[in-house]
Amino acid sequence: MVEQAADRSKLLEVNGLKKHFPITRGFFFTKEVATVRAVDGVNFFIRKGETLGLVGESGCGKTTIGRLILRAYEPTAGEIWFNDRKLGWTSVATADKAQLRQLRQNMQLIFQDPYSSLNPRMTLLDIVGEPLYTNGIAKGSELKDRVAELLKVVGLRPEYMSRYPHAFSGGQRQRIGVARALALHPQLIVCDEPVSALDVSVQAQILNLLQELQEQFELTYLFISHDLSVVEHISDRIAVMYVGKLVESADTEQLFINPKHPYTEALLSAVPQPDPRIRSEAVMMPGEVADPAHPPSGCYFHPRCRYCVELCQTEEPSLREITPDHFVSCHRADELHLVGVKGLG
Amino acid sequence: MKQDQLLISVKDLRTYFFLDEGTVRAVDGVDFNIWYGQTLGVVGESGCGKSVTARSILRIVPRPGRIVSGEITLYRKCDRSPSLRGENPSQQIEEIKLTDLDPTGREMCSIRGTEIALVPQEPMASLSPVHSIGNQIAEVIMLHQRVDKHTARARTIEMLELVGFPKPKERVDSLPHQLSGGLRQRAVIAMALCCHPSLLIADEPTTALDVTTEAQILRLLRNLQSELGMAIMYITHNLGVVAQMCEDVIVMYMGRVVEETSVDALFHSPLHPYTQALLRSIPRLGQKTRERRRLESIRGTVPDPYAIPKGCSFHPRCHQRIRGVCDQQEPPYVEVEPGHKVRCLLYQP
Repeated sequence: MVEQAADRSKLLEVNGLKKHFPITRGFFFTKEVATVRAVDGVNFFIRKGETLGLVGESGCGKTTIGRLILRAYEPTAGEIWFNDRKLGWTSVATADKAQLRQLRQNMQLIFQDPYSSLNPRMTLLDIVGEPLYTNGIAKGSELKDRVAELLKVVGLRPEYMSRYPHAFSGGQRQRIGVARALALHPQLIVCDEPVSALDVSVQAQILNLLQELQEQFELTYLFISHDLSVVEHISDRIAVMYVGKLVESADTEQLFINPKHPYTEALLSAVPQPDPRIRSEAVMMPGEVADPAHPPSGCYFHPRCRYCVELCQTEEPSLREITPDHFVSCHRADELHLVGVKGLG
Repeated sequence: MKQDQLLISVKDLRTYFFLDEGTVRAVDGVDFNIWYGQTLGVVGESGCGKSVTARSILRIVPRPGRIVSGEITLYRKCDRSPSLRGENPSQQIEEIKLTDLDPTGREMCSIRGTEIALVPQEPMASLSPVHSIGNQIAEVIMLHQRVDKHTARARTIEMLELVGFPKPKERVDSLPHQLSGGLRQRAVIAMALCCHPSLLIADEPTTALDVTTEAQILRLLRNLQSELGMAIMYITHNLGVVAQMCEDVIVMYMGRVVEETSVDALFHSPLHPYTQALLRSIPRLGQKTRERRRLESIRGTVPDPYAIPKGCSFHPRCHQRIRGVCDQQEPPYVEVEPGHKVRCLLYQP
């Protein structure tokens, strides 16, 4: 606590975070047969005003982390510290009801699917105004004014307030979701794949909106996505996940020019480059993503890694800082020379 | 790299959907050709009519949609026909007007699968959840090639091996839910290829997959194409995939082809304002983004399909529109350079 309080620049710190989901058999006498280690010992931090990109393939636990931070899921183990505007450094994982209520005003979530995350039977006024109303911040005509203002901020016309979500396109719906997240002036917004359901031309609009809002309201984002080019565009730092573990985290530029983990290298090489003159040669990873219920021994990535040595099969690497702010969990990080994105640096 | 032999020609295709709310002109006057062995990319945002175009070629437009007018012609090479022995087989081209055939008739059914095959977007939705993948692929083989069960099964295993399915002999009887997304998509590709079609229509085959799996499937399709020599019509909204997969590209907007060119020209000298804007709006890996450059987005959204704007359908979102011209006149489809066509009033001769 003392150490964290000293570091005023950090907003969120996560230590040894774990979330295991039980797999059960049987109907009346359920017994646990295995556990899915969705998140398995993750450490990271987010500084005030920055965007941390969280990337990884589907099923690697990125969304679970987002939900754990908001404590929509109860963590199995680990600590989540959040520097709240009013409460100061607070442990999210052990917060009581009153604390949580305060904490959640300062952390909000933007969902992936703008179609299923808005209640079709609520008007925009209800949707965007709900957080203000339930937290006792505004009601009546004041609520309307606040909602109108919020809609203007995200680029929607206040006259739309009495309409229902079905009247809006995907991009506009995502703007509604952003307005709802902004309603309480949060410090942290967890963006869970906010643009992956949108068309290319609309995707750019939402990304620009998120960047503008960040400057305007000094927001901090945890930006979860599987699209590396989007993450590169919006993030200051990036954390890469593989089967419930953080394998690498670094400055965006560092990570893209100079990746230190073989998985990051493979992931970067797999992105199809939008230029026919650059032929991207994807590093082929044999096999499939490891099963988080039965992960392999040693380094989880070793069965698919082309740099695997004996040590990788037996001993699990730990996340270590090899250069300032560049964390990697690979035994061979110091000796390997991995290829980043061509044309950078 | 264009082959000189025409495979499919689509002329002024119009496919409309007649709904209670009005008529949706999903495909509204589309012209393009596919040559033997060509990879043609079809790019556009959702709702631009790219999937409906593909379904029109296969004659599987769902109700209440209907092909209103236009012509789709399949040029079939008849070198396998015994009656043509002695003649030069490549000279014998049979023209089949797909638009004149009965969509449920025998001829169309035999073209579908044997000559034109489809790889749909969602592999889970296109496979039966209660039949093993082996049985589903064997069904296609038995339907089109008149072979018995054992031969069909042997060919199924062969096909699975061809698409890089690990341990095909053991996994041929697995059910779709037991497979990962990438393997399911491989099974669907095996099913599409088992009758060696001349044209493979891939409708966003990698959109539901992770980047690493996507890279594997793209490599597989490229290798299969050079091995089997089929043409691929690759429908996608991902410009990166187009750049890596295709030779030629058509860009669609609101049911029309707005630009047609080679992939290199599309990325390095695009002509249509929509294509230019689309290329500027994508975040690219490896661009310096530290200075927080804003993406140039296209203003507004794709218009309501019931109320297509007058004149050029892109003019409300276009930065280069000319008042009084673009909102009045229909843009002509002009060939600016050989092989580079564009539908825009800026290039009117």
